[in-house]
Amino acid sequence: MKPSAMSKRKLKESSAESAESISQLLVKTTMHLARNYFWVQKILRERFCHHFCAAGKLFGMEQQYRHLLELLRRTTVHGESNSALVIGPRGSGKTALLNHVLKDLREMTQVRENLLEVHLNGLLQTNDKVALKEITRQLQLENVVGDKVFGSFAENLAFLLEALRKGNRTSSCPILFVLDEFDLFVHHKNQSLLYNLFDISQSAQTPVTVIGLTCRQDILELLEKRVKSRFSHRQIYLMNSFDFKQYIKIFKNQLSLPAEFPDEPFAQKWNNNVQHLSEDKAVQDVLQKLFHHSKDLRSLHLLLMLAVSAVTVHHPLLTAADLQEASRQHSTDSKANIVHGLSVLEICLIIAMKHLNEVYDGEPFNFQMVYNEFQKFIQRKAHSMYNFEKPVVMKAFEHLLQLELVQPLERPSARAQREFLLLKLLLDSSQIMEALQLYPNCPTDVKQWAASSLSWL
Amino acid sequence: MNTRQQSKLIYSWYGKPLGSDRKLRTSHYKGILITSESSKTETCIQLGDFILVEGVNADQPYVAQLVDLYEDGAQHKHAVVQWFCRLEEIPQNQRKMLKRDISAQEVFFDQVLGYDTDIAAETIIKSIMVIPLHLGEELPVITLNKEQTFYVKQSWDGKCFKVLSPDTFSKLKEANKTRGVITNSSKASIPSDIFTPVKKKTESVVRSATKPKKIDMEIESKHSSSKSSLSKERHSQRMANNDIKTPTARKKLELNSPTRSKGRLLGYEVLGLLDDDCDATAPLEQSATKRKVKFTNDILGSPPKIPCSDDKSKSTTQSAEHHQSDIMRLSPYTKVNDFSDEDKNLQEKDDVPSLGGYQSSQSPVVTPRSRRRCVQKTSALIAEQISMLDQEDFLSDSDSSYSLSSEEKEDDDDDDVPCTPEKKTKSNRILSTPKSSRKSAVHTPAKTLRKTPLKGTPRTPRNATPEIPRRIQATQEPASVLEEARLRLHVSAIPESLPCREEEFQDIYNFVESKLIDGTGGCMYISGVPGTGKTATVHEVIRCLQQAAENDELPPFQFVEINGMKLTDPHQAYVQILEFLTGQKVTATHAAVLLAKLFSTPGPKRKTTVLIVDELDLLWTQKQNVMYNLFDWPTQRHSKLIILAIANTMDLPERIMMNRVASRLGLTRMSFQPYTYKQLQQIVSSRLKGVKAFEEDAVQLVSRKVAALSGDARRCLDICRRATEICEFARQKRAPEMVRMAHVTEAIDEMFSSPYVNAIRNASLHEQIFLKAILAEFRRAGVEEATVQQIYHHHVALCRMEGLQSPTVSETMAICSRLGACRLLLVEASSKYLHMRVRLNLSQDDVMYALREE
Repeated sequence: MKPSAMSKRKLKESSAESAESISQLLVKTTMHLARNYFWVQKILRERFCHHFCAAGKLFGMEQQYRHLLELLRRTTVHGESNSALVIGPRGSGKTALLNHVLKDLREMTQVRENLLEVHLNGLLQTNDKVALKEITRQLQLENVVGDKVFGSFAENLAFLLEALRKGNRTSSCPILFVLDEFDLFVHHKNQSLLYNLFDISQSAQTPVTVIGLTCRQDILELLEKRVKSRFSHRQIYLMNSFDFKQYIKIFKNQLSLPAEFPDEPFAQKWNNNVQHLSEDKAVQDVLQKLFHHSKDLRSLHLLLMLAVSAVTVHHPLLTAADLQEASRQHSTDSKANIVHGLSVLEICLIIAMKHLNEVYDGEPFNFQMVYNEFQKFIQRKAHSMYNFEKPVVMKAFEHLLQLELVQPLERPSARAQREFLLLKLLLDSSQIMEALQLYPNCPTDVKQWAASSLSWL
Repeated sequence: MNTRQQSKLIYSWYGKPLGSDRKLRTSHYKGILITSESSKTETCIQLGDFILVEGVNADQPYVAQLVDLYEDGAQHKHAVVQWFCRLEEIPQNQRKMLKRDISAQEVFFDQVLGYDTDIAAETIIKSIMVIPLHLGEELPVITLNKEQTFYVKQSWDGKCFKVLSPDTFSKLKEANKTRGVITNSSKASIPSDIFTPVKKKTESVVRSATKPKKIDMEIESKHSSSKSSLSKERHSQRMANNDIKTPTARKKLELNSPTRSKGRLLGYEVLGLLDDDCDATAPLEQSATKRKVKFTNDILGSPPKIPCSDDKSKSTTQSAEHHQSDIMRLSPYTKVNDFSDEDKNLQEKDDVPSLGGYQSSQSPVVTPRSRRRCVQKTSALIAEQISMLDQEDFLSDSDSSYSLSSEEKEDDDDDDVPCTPEKKTKSNRILSTPKSSRKSAVHTPAKTLRKTPLKGTPRTPRNATPEIPRRIQATQEPASVLEEARLRLHVSAIPESLPCREEEFQDIYNFVESKLIDGTGGCMYISGVPGTGKTATVHEVIRCLQQAAENDELPPFQFVEINGMKLTDPHQAYVQILEFLTGQKVTATHAAVLLAKLFSTPGPKRKTTVLIVDELDLLWTQKQNVMYNLFDWPTQRHSKLIILAIANTMDLPERIMMNRVASRLGLTRMSFQPYTYKQLQQIVSSRLKGVKAFEEDAVQLVSRKVAALSGDARRCLDICRRATEICEFARQKRAPEMVRMAHVTEAIDEMFSSPYVNAIRNASLHEQIFLKAILAEFRRAGVEEATVQQIYHHHVALCRMEGLQSPTVSETMAICSRLGACRLLLVEASSKYLHMRVRLNLSQDDVMYALREE
């Protein structure tokens, strides 16, 4: 609020100077602001959307960086074959690390044009056949015509293996295989792709380095014994092992505008504001909460993205309130949100189910039971205004089913009557109570009923 | 392809036995008749002829010279040959010694001792030309029937190439020359019934066609450009038999009857021609009941069966030693070809008179023999013409027209094949000798059949070479001691010797060596956990054996390796083996058939094959037919196959193999024990010999650690390598340092420490609380499984105790799935939401240990 007010005052001062050019200046300033706004959004959003190479910052992984860079450098310079796994939870920066290393590697003079890269992803190359074609395509071997690889699986494999076998350490161009989602390659038949890649890396053939990226800590247990033996057991762990102080630093770093920002005064102002924010107690609370939940930078980016989206021409600087709002959005309960949009009848049904859950200790129920519970409430307590026909109640119940607030235990079959289909409620009682608190215009008796199933007695 | 052809061929002796050996109960013959049922043609191959012999690879039949033909006591027809070897048969690494380019047409006089020169006569495909050349000589430009003519410049004795000895050279030359000269004598004794109507007809037609040429030389000369060109380099170039003639003859025919379209020669037309030419024979043919029918049939495209059952009437004594000498006899119908092959300059004089004499002697007879005479007349005429053409060539030097015309002719030939196959064969049969007809009938279809599927289907570009681009900058050599050590410690570095596997090495070596010497087959099963040096030892054995074979201490052998992991399907094993052995690319089923045939028949010129089957367990199929076949082949008598099967488990044969497979595998087994720490230590220190990079204790620590865990040598080397890196990191810019205990310990920790504890310690606060909540719930329920809902309640309670804001269900679900993705937890599909069941992927104690520390 404050900075924006200041800028307005400045604007006023400048306009006071010459009455004629007021309108012109206004247009200029707004255009200027709009441009700033555009740049801020562009730079920060790009950064938060994981254009890591552009951001070019790694946090708390210097050692891993050195290890990996050294490994790849030796592959390219000495033609040494290697294999390594980069293991870390999701969002811990595995891909970022690799991209960073590759970027720096490519800048080395000894390396330039001296390394072939093959990038595979377990989600895309779902079996060895596809993976093999992709490898061949990316290596541009001679059986690639245009962008197509002809030949059968067996031929392709034989061709590739022959090609790799022919090479040797000193004369062949080293190949870097990057296997993203490495754990998915483990499920390929016989793990023959991994076997072959690791086998090449352990024999005097074309120098290759196989880098696998995975989030599974138990990855080594998944490898078949022969494959495991051929893997060099280099594991690079990324652990998000930073504390809250570093987290704040990262926050500042991620939100600051770079020095090459076109409007330098504005960048200065923005960065000062970020510095202030990082010292703000409210902001620190927000960050602390997020930090407690997850340490990965991706969730921080998500939060900042929400906050930065609030920045507009008229609201040029980020405030603590923006972050709080973002944090609130970030942490809302998705199912409870759905409950807010339900009708009173549907809420009543959910309350009935909650009571059933309490009575029967989480045992599954069917529609008839819910209906009976609801009828009890109607007869004892409520007025005729909630007294609906059974088909209407059924309809409401089916709506809940569609919203997946309740879930059938087994697949509904044609034979079973729908009233007696066994179901489970997918809401916790705390969620229901919370949702009821926020539900607009909720009848008091319904609230009371929700609080205790015995209240009508 | 081979089998198909063979089934349609009938082999019979030509002539009477020349002599027989009572003791061995063998009788020798001077020629063999090959009758093709499909094309109704007959070829006679005589001693001294050059032949193609069915080989392992249908595309690359062996080249040989026929030395002897005999029938053994068991009525099997045998042939003794002098081999020629193609470039493809010479080991790749030794081809370099030639230091020149070898055309596909060049063969080498084979003096390798190991080959069996006694082959089954049924494997003879056809006769060809092999022409000796001096080393410096250029190969004559080959235009026609490339596949029929080979050239020999050097001999090959398995180790080096030598220039043909003058003796051999002259013998080979002789072999080519003699064919035409001796025809006379052989002719006279050939019983008429050997001749099929086809041949007689053929040649009479040829004769009829050629007759006018004699009269009208000018016309002929216009068309003789090809012929002249063919004979141009007459001292060196001997074109193979038939195809040369075919076009010329055809042209002549055209000259003779210009109105008729080429190849559209119907039976009656031919008869007419015959009538014109030899009045004497024609009526006879028309009147001859059986013969005539056959004859016309043949012309019209439905050839008769050729009786060749009882033609052992001819006998020629022939000694095997002098196979290259001048005793070779040629049947009349091959003679026609031979003239073209001959060195005309030298032969001219000989040929003409001999033919003339022959003609005069034979002409008066008007019995069925007259046909033969007719045939021979024709051939004589052709020979004369050719010799005349030669003379013309001397005068005219029409170089330019040469290539063009010859190409034209080739085109003619080629065009004919696909367009009117029947007519083509007919015309071939009519205009050329039986030899050529056999070639055209059998070989041409074979060729087309072979090529079309390859060209038609979209497959990898045929000439694609599997190759990785070369690097642009040179590799840097290791600069420091540590780098040098790292290079040597890499698993791929091949040590000079394999320490600690001497016994196993010796056992395998002895096994393979004994089988090699005996020329028998056998299996050996080698088992051992990964990284115990199985494959390395076997490769070492093979390397030593190859060395020994090169030094002539052992018979040469072929080495084939397949790896179960490198096959997309167990059945691909056949394809790979066949490709290794013969270079053929066929489908798996076909390959199985070919291999079975290869290993079950006594193949000529076949070396022993040593086959390594790595990762044997992956060749398992439901029916186990791949394993069955693999282990069945060595038990065949002629297989000459030694199999070394490698797998991890010792009891694999008992566990996964059917009884009949396990039984064939036999009991020759060997087990590689995991390395002990002393052995590992020795392995590392032997690699580091001369490089002072490791402390003795450090190596011992690694060895002990690895030996205790797995005994995997790869692991040991990897740890050492990693330790050098850590050492390098640690020392920064100080003086070179040795790898010490600390570095090794760090490397070991890095590789073997459980990642879970570290992962938990670095997890976020709520993730840790969630884990605590799980523990609490497990303790409460007494079951090591809980739903998220239950854990959530505990989680909320724990948060209240800690004074933290309790998370929403969505956040808890997010935590749960994050931990699930790391596999700290095992979780169900998330669609169950709150009812998703959760288990720990590590022991509760570990979690407690990890959480308590903080």
